[in-house]
Parts: sequence; C-alpha cells; structure tokens
Amino acid sequence: MNGTTRAPLLQAEALSFRFPGETQGRDAVRHASLDLYPGEVLAVVGESGSGKTTLLNCLAGRLAPREGSVRYRCASDEWVDVHAMPERQRRLLARTEWGFVEQHAAAGLRMGVSAGANIGERLMGLGERHYGRLRDSAADWMSRVELDAARIDESPRHYSGGMRQRLQIARNLVTRPRLVLMDEPTTGLDVSVQAKLLDLIRLLVARMHVAAVVVTHDLGVARLLAHRTLVMQGGRIVEHGLTDRVLDDPQHPYTQLLVSSVVAP
Amino acid sequence: MDPTRAPHTAPPPHADRSAAAQADAPAEGYNYAYLDERTKRMLRRALLKAVAIPGHQVPFGSREMPLAYGWGTGGIQVTAAVIGRGDVLKVIDQGSDDTTNAVNIREFFARTTDVATTTRTTDATLIQTRHRIPETPLREGQIMVYQVPQPEPLYKLEPRRAETLALHAVEDYGLMNVKLYEDIAQWGHVETTSDYPVRVNGRYIASPSPIPAFDNPKMDHMPALQLFGAGREKRIYAIPPYTSVQSRDFEDHPCTVQTQGHACALCGCTTSYLDEIANDDGSTLWTCSDTDWCEQQQLAQGDAR
Repeated sequence: MNGTTRAPLLQAEALSFRFPGETQGRDAVRHASLDLYPGEVLAVVGESGSGKTTLLNCLAGRLAPREGSVRYRCASDEWVDVHAMPERQRRLLARTEWGFVEQHAAAGLRMGVSAGANIGERLMGLGERHYGRLRDSAADWMSRVELDAARIDESPRHYSGGMRQRLQIARNLVTRPRLVLMDEPTTGLDVSVQAKLLDLIRLLVARMHVAAVVVTHDLGVARLLAHRTLVMQGGRIVEHGLTDRVLDDPQHPYTQLLVSSVVAP
Repeated sequence: MDPTRAPHTAPPPHADRSAAAQADAPAEGYNYAYLDERTKRMLRRALLKAVAIPGHQVPFGSREMPLAYGWGTGGIQVTAAVIGRGDVLKVIDQGSDDTTNAVNIREFFARTTDVATTTRTTDATLIQTRHRIPETPLREGQIMVYQVPQPEPLYKLEPRRAETLALHAVEDYGLMNVKLYEDIAQWGHVETTSDYPVRVNGRYIASPSPIPAFDNPKMDHMPALQLFGAGREKRIYAIPPYTSVQSRDFEDHPCTVQTQGHACALCGCTTSYLDEIANDDGSTLWTCSDTDWCEQQQLAQGDAR
C-alpha cells in the first residue's frame, strides 16, 4: 500500500448538530468523529432517534453542523472542507464523486420519469449529450443491478420496492463515485429481497472499490456489509471497531444490550 | 379566420369616433399606460436587471391587471413599462392580429396611451406577442414582449422553486436533458414542439414561452430586444439583441424543426408556420399563422400580377 491509499477519504472531527429550536444540551449528534478509508464500508448502528441519519446528513453536507468539520479527499488528492466549500462545488461533488442512497427509494428517484432517465440523469448533469451512449450505460447498469434491461422505459412507479432500491443504487453508481452514503438501504423490504440486495451491494462495493457509510438499525446488515461498525446512542458514538469485534465482543453496555436483543429465528 | 377577410389596416387613433364611440375614447382618470409611475419604475428596474443577466428570471411585484391571468398579464405589464409616446404598437396572438386577446390588448393601450397601433410588423416598434414570433425578420430598435405562462423551464421536473433556483445558480442542467431523454425514449424523437427549452448566452436555461419550436431559431442573435413577462408567476426575463440562443438537444438527436408539409392556402407560402383551420364541411385549411405575413405575401403577389 502506498501513502495515498492509506490516507483517509473522509474525516469528520467532533461533529455536533442540534436541530433548530432544541434546547441546549439536546444535540442530535454530539462530538462525533470518524475516519473513512478508501474502499472501506462503515456501518453506523443504533436505535431509532440515536442520530444516525443526522450524522449521515452532516457527512453529506446536507445539514450544517453546529461544531466540528467534515473533510474529504478529492480524486485530485486535495482535501476540501465539505461545509466550507461553495454550494456549487458541493453539488458537483455530490453528483460526481459521491452517491446518496435514500431509505425511501421514492425520495432518491425521479418517479415521474423512466428508469433509463433516472440512471442517465447524473451523466447528463456531467455533460453527456449523446442519447445512444446514455441509453447503453443505462441498460448496462440495469443489468448490473439485476434489473431487466427490457424495462428501461418503465416508470419506477411500476417497480417493486426492491427493484426501486436497486434502481436507486444504479443511479448513484453510474458515475463511479468514490464514496456512497446509504441511509437504511434495506429497511422496508422483505427478508429474502433484503438478502439479495445486501449481496448485490456487497458485490458492487467490493468490485468498484467504493467507500461506503451505511446507516442501519439492523445488526445483520452491519455484519454482512461492513468492515467497521460505529454504535451510536443519544447522539454519541459509544463504541467503534471492526464489525466482528463489536458484535462478538461488545464492550459498551449499550452495545451489549443491542447485540443481546437480536432475535435469532 | 375567414379566408376572404379584408386586409387589415389599423384605424388611426380616434378616426371613427361616432361608430365606435366608447371603444376608441381615451380612458379618463388613468395614468399613462394604466400603471402608476412607481409601478412602472419597479418594472423597469426588474427589466434592466433582466437585460443585464440574459435568461435569468427576475422576480417583480406583479400587479393585478384588468385581464385574467393567462391572458397576458405579464406581457401587458412589461409593455406598459416600456411603451413611449412615439411607439407604434402591434399585438399578436398565435400570430394573428385579429383575435380577441390581441384586439383587446391593442385597444387597451390605444385608449390608455394614445399611441399609434399597427398590424404591420415592419411598422411596429413594440410588438406584444402570445406564442409566436412574426415571420418578417425583426430589426434593431424593435422590442418583442412575450406573454409567458410558466417562466421556469425546469418546473415540470422539479416543482420546488428553491431547488430550481439553486439548479440555475450552480448551472446544474442535467435535469433539462432528462425531459428530452424521456421524449426520445417514448416517441423516438423530441416530442416537445412548443416551449422548447433554450440556453441563453451559454449560461441560463430559459423558457421561450410557448412559441412553436419552429420559431426557436429566430431567437438566436435576433437584432430586436426580447422581453418576457410572466404575470401569475411574477417573473421577468430578457434576451438582449444579438445574444446566442441555443435549443437544448442531444448530439445524436439534434433539435430539428418539423415541417408541416403544406403550403398556405391563401398566399401559397411554404416557409411560414401554418395553422390548421377546420371548415364547416369537415375539411381543413392550412394558412399562415402570421396574418400580417400572409397579407404582405398576397399584396406582393397582387402587385406582381
């Protein structure tokens, strides 16, 4: 490994976020710090309301933290401060080097246009002006996420939940991002579809060497996908480490509770 | 439209007061061009800003006009703000000078400003239009005022105003091509035949108002000043003279103008934009949508004979 691959891709330092109107001391995220390395999958687990999604939105630049900073190492090896850079640059980054998979596919997709247009949108945003090429890469990506390429002109409204989620992943990966942020990508899908989707994500992430932050309340997802896991409680990161270590040998009382409360069939 | 109609000649203001006593009488108790001076100044400020940033939508305080939304309240306010005593006004609706909307707006300004009106494109200094650009090439010094129903070209795909503002600001126009992509995917070609989005001066994407895509090429480097007013949406934008206006398209599906495959039944013109008119007996008649153009062509042919 050379020096650049060993350097982190994303660094968050002492992030704190409080929703407007909240009283002092009721921060949704408190002093959260993390490093993410290229090609690494990091799971953020915790109960509902523990600040997982808020942390993810802070990382993505969608919410401005009250304190702390998020730094990202661009493809050009230059460090940028996600929250200090101008909106134009942040949006460019968000549609080139980053991807964001929403919990509800309808929020991350354009439901009014066809699947092909959904996949092509980011490419068109980058200046692709050739219909034939757009079409080819849309079909290519549909087959990569195991969608029937013959349904390229159908609206995502006609897709099932699992198919929508796969379409959303294709839409994000088409520009070959270096970092993908996922907010509960498998929640709301039935178990067998979840398993297939997890398999797919694991495969794509490994093949394309993208780094990912996956927010989930499902420890199984963390176990399957993530190299490292963060456990959050009440806005704080209470434990972090290699996924197997965190799940097999939890140190913090809350993690112990979380692990022991998983129902095994 | 009656194929045997008489050629238009604009009556000089107040020429025939006995016949149309009420209609032609100057409106009393109103300021010049209906709007008060402060409102006009507000409009002019917005217009100056719009001209300075071609294609950028400038918000303005749209007033209630004696006209329903959708009938040209934006255009009429812009016209009121720029019309001077020396102007010669022409108003067209779908190319025609004699439809209700065009006649009413022309009369409105004749009564509130006393300026001369005309139906001849070459004589006019100020042309308010709904959904057409005259066939006669415009020249320097003329002003086109467009009535715009929806100034936001991205609206159909992104209904959030704040978001479209941001997309314009950061020049993130992938979305615009999504719409064209959809057309090609569904129909095999770009099906958008009116209100075809354009990029102004290589920067802002703007709606040309619902003119047919046939007219889009006329906007490119037009010597006349083009002003756009959307009354309900409260936006003004402009294209200064000699500004590049490019229709959005794909490399392998360039924006093309569909030919209608007919000649005008009245003047025989094959290059103009035609209207299809249903006759009583069920047949159809194709005639120039631009009535002034049609008349000039007929007059020229009459002279030649």
